[in-house]
Amino acid sequence: MGGQVERWQYLNPGKTLAETLDISHQTLLYVEGVTVSFDGFRALNDLSFYVDVGELRCVIGPNGAGKTTMMDVVTGKTKPDRGFVFFGQSINLLELDEPRIAQAGIGRKFQKPTVFEQHRVIENLELAMAGDKRVWPTLFARLSGEERDRIDEVLTIIGLNEHAGRPAGALSHGQKQWLEIGMLLMQDPLLLLVDEPVAGMTHQEMERTAQLLLSLEGKHSVVVVEHDMDFVRSIAKRVTVLNQGAVLAEGSMDEVQHDPRVVEVYLGE
Amino acid sequence: MRIVKALRGDTGGQVMLAVLLAVGILVPILSLAVPAASPWHVSTYTVTLLGKYLTYALLAVAVDLVWGYLGILSLGHGAFFALGGYAMGMYLMRQVGDRGVYGNPTLPDFMVFLNWPELPWFWHGFDRFWFAALMAILVPGVLAYCFGYLAFRSRVTGVYLSIITQALTYALMLAFFRNEMGFGGNNGLTDFKDILGVSLQADGTRAGLFIASALALALGYLASRYIVSSRLGRVAVAIRDAESRTRFIGYRVERAKAAIFTFSAMLAGVAGALYVPQVGIINPGEFSPLNSIELVIWVAVGGRATLYGAVAGALLVNYGKTVFTGIFPDAWLFALGGLFVLVTLFLPRGIAGLMTLRRAG
Repeated sequence: MGGQVERWQYLNPGKTLAETLDISHQTLLYVEGVTVSFDGFRALNDLSFYVDVGELRCVIGPNGAGKTTMMDVVTGKTKPDRGFVFFGQSINLLELDEPRIAQAGIGRKFQKPTVFEQHRVIENLELAMAGDKRVWPTLFARLSGEERDRIDEVLTIIGLNEHAGRPAGALSHGQKQWLEIGMLLMQDPLLLLVDEPVAGMTHQEMERTAQLLLSLEGKHSVVVVEHDMDFVRSIAKRVTVLNQGAVLAEGSMDEVQHDPRVVEVYLGE
Repeated sequence: MRIVKALRGDTGGQVMLAVLLAVGILVPILSLAVPAASPWHVSTYTVTLLGKYLTYALLAVAVDLVWGYLGILSLGHGAFFALGGYAMGMYLMRQVGDRGVYGNPTLPDFMVFLNWPELPWFWHGFDRFWFAALMAILVPGVLAYCFGYLAFRSRVTGVYLSIITQALTYALMLAFFRNEMGFGGNNGLTDFKDILGVSLQADGTRAGLFIASALALALGYLASRYIVSSRLGRVAVAIRDAESRTRFIGYRVERAKAAIFTFSAMLAGVAGALYVPQVGIINPGEFSPLNSIELVIWVAVGGRATLYGAVAGALLVNYGKTVFTGIFPDAWLFALGGLFVLVTLFLPRGIAGLMTLRRAG
């Protein structure tokens, strides 16, 4: 169990939490029977949901279906009333707090783009970079050549090379979204949770975002929550439909689109 | 080397340090080597006054570090300053020896007056300078760490945190007012004679304390500048601007906050320890919430998140205070309040903001 991995970690000092990850069953994320209530309202109702290693999954659903709450539970922001959340077979995410979950290899992009506006683009990437994030090492940290290369590489992936020295606050809305995805990549996560990446984007920006997310498939598992059906259609292989805090349907975009229950609650509108 | 690098691009800080160096050398020379009749002579009174301002400036740097860069509006930093001051005051009391009014070789006067048979346990060790100096840093540091650890772990932020820092300093003030606490009650500690075996009243001692204050300000500034230009400094600004985002990229926000808060409290303690021998008294009034609010105003006037602005603000406001209280003693608080309103309305980035504005224009 994850708790034991944590507890006995001192016997294995060389290993970080990310290295204790066990994905021999090819499933990266297990969410089982999770229930979350806010003042009697059930945001998640016995939700079960699995993500495979390297897959790109889209999650859709009407407002209030529990999409964001599901991400809150996985990243440690909200603790569920019931259920299990495991990262691989061995890491129990419910026993960890936000920074440890991030260090274990789960990155999250928020609905509203949150980058550090006062910092330059490269500094945003530097801060997000995987590494020793304790206080003392951070105080004396210097960028190594490899780390610089890694930052350049990510700058190229997200297409912000020219803007590397600008303050993040000066970027356009779409650029901020990409920077935030870049910050996720700097963390070298196994699982990326991406909440509404194309909200407020122009059509062109949307296409670039689609390419960006598709290029991540295989190297990372990516879970995209999105409202925009055209965008979902352009990237999705497997789609999970949430409704009232539980999974309503799961399958390819075509299957889901023709499922009468889905049509009723969501697509039929 | 990396400290020097930290100053790159910090024009305000370079100017400030250059002026500080010049003043730190000139003032003692003009005070000690130039005859009193010369118009160039600097009186011992002025040297002491300037030395006091420099300790305030160091205190302002400490506040700017947590307010400007970490986003913690501490309304209780005066408490750490006062604790540092009390540690030094206890050493100075022990230095009095049998020259007190009652002539008791070990007990300070107020203890004799209260009929205490012996020195309380927490006064032991304060007859040695190194111990007192260590305590002037450690006591504020430990208090800030415990306070910070509990507050930041419970994710207390914003106004609520400001209010409890205010409560912290108020509680300490009430405690130090009590005679049973063993710190001289409402009279505090005063009537000091010597420091390190030399008379506190001597001109040379005053000049020495002035130089020590200038040195402490310079070193405190450099250390703070190093922190804010390190990756930890960028993490601090990230926490200030988007705390939960910082957590989600894997930083332990509460630890970074506690570390910087503790360092800041230690700086405040050093400032207090240098302040007390120059003004010759420490009493519970230094814990007064008003003091802590006043020093936040210095930083606001100087300009947040620049460090050198805090120094400028502390020096200017205190010079203004000295002049103003000489002319209209009762009106100072109104003037200070008015200044705060004016700066907030017309100079949101303080004096430092005015400088960058001129450079840009």
